Amino acid sequence: MTSPAQAPPIGAAGMARWAWRQLTSMRVALLLLLLLAVGAVPGSMLPQRGADPAAVTGYFRAHPASAPWLDRLGLFDVYAAPWFAAIYLLLFVSLVGCILPRTRRHWAAVRARPPAAPRRLDRLPASAVGASADPAVEVAEAAASLLRRGRYRVERRERPGVLEVAAERGHWRETGNLLFHLSLVVVLVAVAVGSLWGYRATVLLTPGRGFANSVIQYDSVDAGSLFDPSGLPPFTLRLDRFTMRFVQSGPQTGTPDAFVADVTVRDSPAARPRPARIEVNSPLRVDGTLVHVLNPGYAAHITVRDERGTVVFSDAVPFLPRDKNFTSSGVVKVPLPGSNAHGDIGIEGLLLPTAVLDERGPRSVSPDPLDPALFLTAYRGDLGLDGGDPQSVFRLDTSGMVQERVGGQPFRAALGLGESTRLPSGGSVTFDRLTTWVNLQVSRPVAQGWALGGVVAAVAGLILSMFVRRRRLWVRVLAEEPGRTVVQVGGLDRSPGGDLSTEVEAVLREIAGPAVREPAPARTAPAESAGSESTVSEAP
Amino acid sequence: MTQTYALWSNDLVYAAIAVLTLALLCLAAEASFGVRSAAGRRAEELVPVGVVADAPADQVSRPGTPDLDEAASTGSGRAERLGRIGISLTVLATLLLGLAVLTRGMAAERAPWGNMYEFAVTGSFLAGTGWLLLHRRYPALRVTALWLVGILLTTLGLAVVLLYVPAGPLLPALRSYWLVIHVLAAMISAAVFTVAMATSALQIVRDRAEQRGVADRGYVRTMPSAARLDALAYRVTAFGFPVWTFAIVAGAIWAGQSWGRAWGWDPKEVWSLVTWLAYAAYLHARTTAGWQGRKASLLALVAYATLLFNFFGVNVFFVGEHSYGGL
Repeated sequence: MTSPAQAPPIGAAGMARWAWRQLTSMRVALLLLLLLAVGAVPGSMLPQRGADPAAVTGYFRAHPASAPWLDRLGLFDVYAAPWFAAIYLLLFVSLVGCILPRTRRHWAAVRARPPAAPRRLDRLPASAVGASADPAVEVAEAAASLLRRGRYRVERRERPGVLEVAAERGHWRETGNLLFHLSLVVVLVAVAVGSLWGYRATVLLTPGRGFANSVIQYDSVDAGSLFDPSGLPPFTLRLDRFTMRFVQSGPQTGTPDAFVADVTVRDSPAARPRPARIEVNSPLRVDGTLVHVLNPGYAAHITVRDERGTVVFSDAVPFLPRDKNFTSSGVVKVPLPGSNAHGDIGIEGLLLPTAVLDERGPRSVSPDPLDPALFLTAYRGDLGLDGGDPQSVFRLDTSGMVQERVGGQPFRAALGLGESTRLPSGGSVTFDRLTTWVNLQVSRPVAQGWALGGVVAAVAGLILSMFVRRRRLWVRVLAEEPGRTVVQVGGLDRSPGGDLSTEVEAVLREIAGPAVREPAPARTAPAESAGSESTVSEAP
Repeated sequence: MTQTYALWSNDLVYAAIAVLTLALLCLAAEASFGVRSAAGRRAEELVPVGVVADAPADQVSRPGTPDLDEAASTGSGRAERLGRIGISLTVLATLLLGLAVLTRGMAAERAPWGNMYEFAVTGSFLAGTGWLLLHRRYPALRVTALWLVGILLTTLGLAVVLLYVPAGPLLPALRSYWLVIHVLAAMISAAVFTVAMATSALQIVRDRAEQRGVADRGYVRTMPSAARLDALAYRVTAFGFPVWTFAIVAGAIWAGQSWGRAWGWDPKEVWSLVTWLAYAAYLHARTTAGWQGRKASLLALVAYATLLFNFFGVNVFFVGEHSYGGL
């Protein structure tokens, strides 16, 4: 848009003005667009901390040499990296710097009257000449009212012997264009506000369990830096039942069919409990907070007794699915502080809803609980729970423990529903029943209405800017002699690829009858160049 | 009954492939006869310069009008006839694909775009329909027919051989009316971008020929001018871009409802943004000094490549929350 050729005289202000002109030029905007596109790509190729921190750790283990360098470049958290932010912030500055002057110009253009007709209408990309027997005044009046009906703004001008009608339409094109770009700024700001004040958390529940909506009850929290944990709505939620259904027949047998969480919600400690249902695609909404079903699994209700037969553990233990048939792994940690000679009990197991044991080892062959089994082994010793380090609930730290053995072989047992096994060191494990668990996501969207309004306005603006055509049309009426009025019509379509010939001819036909002679030769050539030249109405 | 519909759908896809193959042969023959026939060239020169606005386009679609008797006995007449048969066959194949989509939907009892196979078949149907509609509006698009049919054949071939999955219900995550809106918008814009891509590619070919002064020879001669192709590609892309924007927005709204976050930088989301940015760059490039014409067309091709990668590559190479392809 601006020419970088004439460099201003040296000086800080001059340099700043030069830099600003560069930044707000279309060429730089174009490069920034492409740069942003290229910059977004590595985030889809490399594991990202925000989405999958475990995969990032895995990448570090697999590529110990290159990973630290990639990390220094922010490539494991691309979309939060300073260089990525720099690109899109520069792009938005460039956008605003381009849009504001254009808005000013457009404001003036909208209020201006249609410009006077050029001297030679036949030089326009589309033009036609005709004659009428009506008086000039009537022809001009007819032209003006016809164009007004065609939603042109019309301006009539008069010179001796010549009447002119200037018409213009399509200012919505630029209005839409400006609306689109300004809406993008609104979306960006709304998203920034949302990520600063919003949060997302997860809570894993087995049926019968619940949580109160406060940060200490979440299993994990991903919050913006301005998130205020004290302002959470004080609801409580209990999971009554979680149902998984799978396709029972046909080619897609075994794929998930429905995940349904039936819950009881209390909107505040004083409120009456009410039942609610959460499904995939239909979250629960409590006081501006959303609760989604994230991922499910099977849990085993397990009871552990010590050597004396005392129940030391009895609870539903969630197992993490490892395949489509819910072959799931999990652990039971039973701390037995001080009182026991063998130390804590740790159980590592596979939970199989439909168990099969063959040469490939124990695994599940259906996600439905047709023949549940729990395959387990046991460890005794120190679970390491007192160390203060956070531990996964799905993994056992066996560094301080010894695997139980029977006759020199590691101890293994396979339990059906209701079955028990004795541990070699004493005590027993019972697989009481199979149940389910679900990971719920709790989040509070912030400024989402603004973001939504922004994108809706952006799409509306985009549609206007792409489909409204900006046109100017002029009619010149010359009273040549009584009973003979010459009518010239010329048109200019300022949108790319536009051509007004048909409309020009239609206008002439309407006000004066068909064209008397063909206007300027080779009409096609200017029509084409009008397409590629009109930079006026396009985006910055 | 649903099983019967599913079989019909499969047969209809095969039938469409067969018909498209014939259409491809006809259109390819048309292109080569049109090139060889000197008489056709003479006949074309006799066409008076434009009475209507789309004159250059009409010249291409009706090369032999002034002297039908002479033209019919020559290669040009034959080429014209073959071309008409090719277009008719394309219409027929599109109808067959429409029926295939319909029966697939009846077999699965849902909108038939829940996995990559269905996406490819429905997308091909929309691309065919979109081309036919756009061709009515902009007759100069006629020159892209051969290439469009080629693309449809490739897509359908891949769909049948690599992507096929039997008809069945949707994953729970996909069961939402947003699937209909979001994926339909994505498919429509992809179909429109495909037509634009063929036009941009030909623009590059024609532009090179014009610059080297050989635009009056061979296949290039049958094309509209580079400026006209450029304007056409722009019009078509400008139609597809708001639809693509809407597809992303609808996806974000659905993601907010289904996953509890509107935008999570999932690979599919990243690549849809990359495509959006690339097309935005193309639309801006056309009005930036030094980027017009062939360079802008190249950008359009790059943008289309990112679109293709998003549809196929992302499902194959990356694991994300859009892994519904059935691969």
